[in-house]
Amino acid sequence: MLASRGEEKMVPLSWYLVFSAALFSLGLFGVLARRNAVAILLGIELMVNAVNVNLVAFWRYLAPTRMGGQVFVVVVFAVAAAEAAVGLALIISFARLGRSVDADQADLLHG
Amino acid sequence: MIQPGDLIASLGSWLRGFLLSLGLAPGLVSVGLGLLPAILLPLIGLMMAIPLIWLERKWVARLQDRIGPNRVGPFGIFQVFADMVKIFTKEDLIPQGADKIIFSLAPVLAIAGVVGIWAVLPFAADVYGVNLDVGVLYVIAVGTFGTLAILLAGWSSNNKYALLGAYRAVAQLITYEVPMVLTLLVPVLLAGSMGLNDIVRAQDSGWFVLLAPLAAIIFMIAAQAEVGRAPFDLLEAESELVAGFNIEYSGMKFGFFYVAEFLHSFTFGALGAAFFLGGWLGPGSERFPILGVLYFLIKSLAVYFVFVWTRGTFPRVRIDQMINLSWKLLTPTALGLVALMAVAERATQGTPPLVHALVLLAANLFVLFFALLVMRSMSRAARERLASRQAGSGSGMVAVGGSRAPAGAASALRD
Amino acid sequence: MSLAQVLFLIVAAVGLLSGLMVVTVRNLLHAALWLIVALFSVAVLFAMLNAGFLAVVQVVVYIGAIAILIIFAIMLTRREALRAGAQENRLWPVAGVLCALVFLGLAWSASRLPGAQSGPAQLPGSDALVALGTALVSPDQYVVPFEVASVLLLAALIGSVVIAGDRLRSR
Repeated sequence: MLASRGEEKMVPLSWYLVFSAALFSLGLFGVLARRNAVAILLGIELMVNAVNVNLVAFWRYLAPTRMGGQVFVVVVFAVAAAEAAVGLALIISFARLGRSVDADQADLLHG
Repeated sequence: MIQPGDLIASLGSWLRGFLLSLGLAPGLVSVGLGLLPAILLPLIGLMMAIPLIWLERKWVARLQDRIGPNRVGPFGIFQVFADMVKIFTKEDLIPQGADKIIFSLAPVLAIAGVVGIWAVLPFAADVYGVNLDVGVLYVIAVGTFGTLAILLAGWSSNNKYALLGAYRAVAQLITYEVPMVLTLLVPVLLAGSMGLNDIVRAQDSGWFVLLAPLAAIIFMIAAQAEVGRAPFDLLEAESELVAGFNIEYSGMKFGFFYVAEFLHSFTFGALGAAFFLGGWLGPGSERFPILGVLYFLIKSLAVYFVFVWTRGTFPRVRIDQMINLSWKLLTPTALGLVALMAVAERATQGTPPLVHALVLLAANLFVLFFALLVMRSMSRAARERLASRQAGSGSGMVAVGGSRAPAGAASALRD
Repeated sequence: MSLAQVLFLIVAAVGLLSGLMVVTVRNLLHAALWLIVALFSVAVLFAMLNAGFLAVVQVVVYIGAIAILIIFAIMLTRREALRAGAQENRLWPVAGVLCALVFLGLAWSASRLPGAQSGPAQLPGSDALVALGTALVSPDQYVVPFEVASVLLLAALIGSVVIAGDRLRSR
């Protein structure tokens, strides 16, 4: 990227935070309002990504010398991948048993 | 002004002077000249596909004891152009019920997944698109777009055979991504950086194929599976699933997939040359970048030739055998190799280069020995399974004595 | 409006628009594709924040693995999904209001943070990639969360194979 001159305006941190808040709320809407289980998972992924953006923005703006921010993001990657894998495995086995993948209907634990 | 050695840089500065003299603003000229490689590099890559396709068809033909295209022009050089004309003039169908946007998007993603790799290839000491310090991971990342493209192509064709082909193709591609990433860790380890240019520079004391031959072998196998070449060409098995995931594609969209596949294998040849054969290194390549480009081209063609050679030699591997091979053999071998190489590299930090090289080679041979042991027990188990099934079914198979031969081929014929 | 700001606005707009499409389109496969666009825009944002390694890992892990897994799941559960009714459940207006409130609350508190209006701090001169790698495996930094995360991934791997795998055929 071109070297920034002193008076060239940078992107303030609040812009990144507002973006991640918006993405988080969109994901939350997906989780709360959708019926299909996979669609709920899509919403969860949006939320996790919003959190990641937040973490990296804070890392970059407030403490770029401490690697804890990026390490946190790496751990979040791993956890989100694990959760997506297990969640999708559950949904697929549900579908294979002929049960509905509609979150409103798949509400009985037995069967 | 234009020095023959430093051709590209001097061409660049001449162009800049020319554009400035036309009266354009300096900022605009900078941006334009910055964009020029971004436009030229994919163009050059795609144009390379034309002689490559001809070369491959001739090579494969000779390996299979035939002549190859020889009617259109001397030695069939214009065959590729004839094919291009055919593809351009074919009707561009979209099957009924197909998802139009995704159907048209998939070939674009397939090409993007290949041409994107050209941005980080180190052609010479200072001739490259961009020297990302995470170059290796970037190559993997761009490769996943190709996988996505295949899945979307199979799905959007509204054709269950295309979908089945796409499932198998994606299974194969994700499976072989794992050993590929693991073996690519070995050059990264030896060079201390993930940037492709740094990896090439680190080979001036010895090509990595000599220091880590097992990694090179696993990379070659995984690369062929990633591209979808025989013996792993179930992706488009012309004699099986009626051309797999791209059944419904015709005309230019099919042309995209076709070019993407050829270019992909050449690109992996270039990557193999960069990672293991020393890229643009060679006598005089530091002073004359054009020589570096030439060396790189020759080495990529050499690796590409090995790909074509195996294509023309081996029969197709069955999907479950292929996936077993990756998970049960290549991945553990690659893991063990990375671990052992890390230990060996660290242990020989300050020693003279010859000792360093010999220790690394010894580590490779050690892992290779164990891998061969595992392979032997796996094939023995497969042979016994085959023999017991033969004895159990009591079918009139003639080749009883010859069934000791490659268990894979025999079971492929029977199952 | 500097170049960096314009770029950020474009990428953020693409990201938010695709996020909106993810949660509203009917066709689930299209929603998954919009998710891929959103994930890619997040990767671009990572790159703009000088976290190049995270940007590439985002593409490899999310787009290259999780998104493909989601698409597989959509394709494999198609028959059951077709039997369901509308895409939104009955209470979606309530959810919309709730999410709008959440967004407003978060945005307000974010803009009130000290240092929220400032520009980025100076990057360290040393190699960020090497620093990240060292931080992940050095015993006085973050090796324990790293190892725990890998155990978690192993457990998820085994668990999902057990849950979604076929019953053992008698081979």
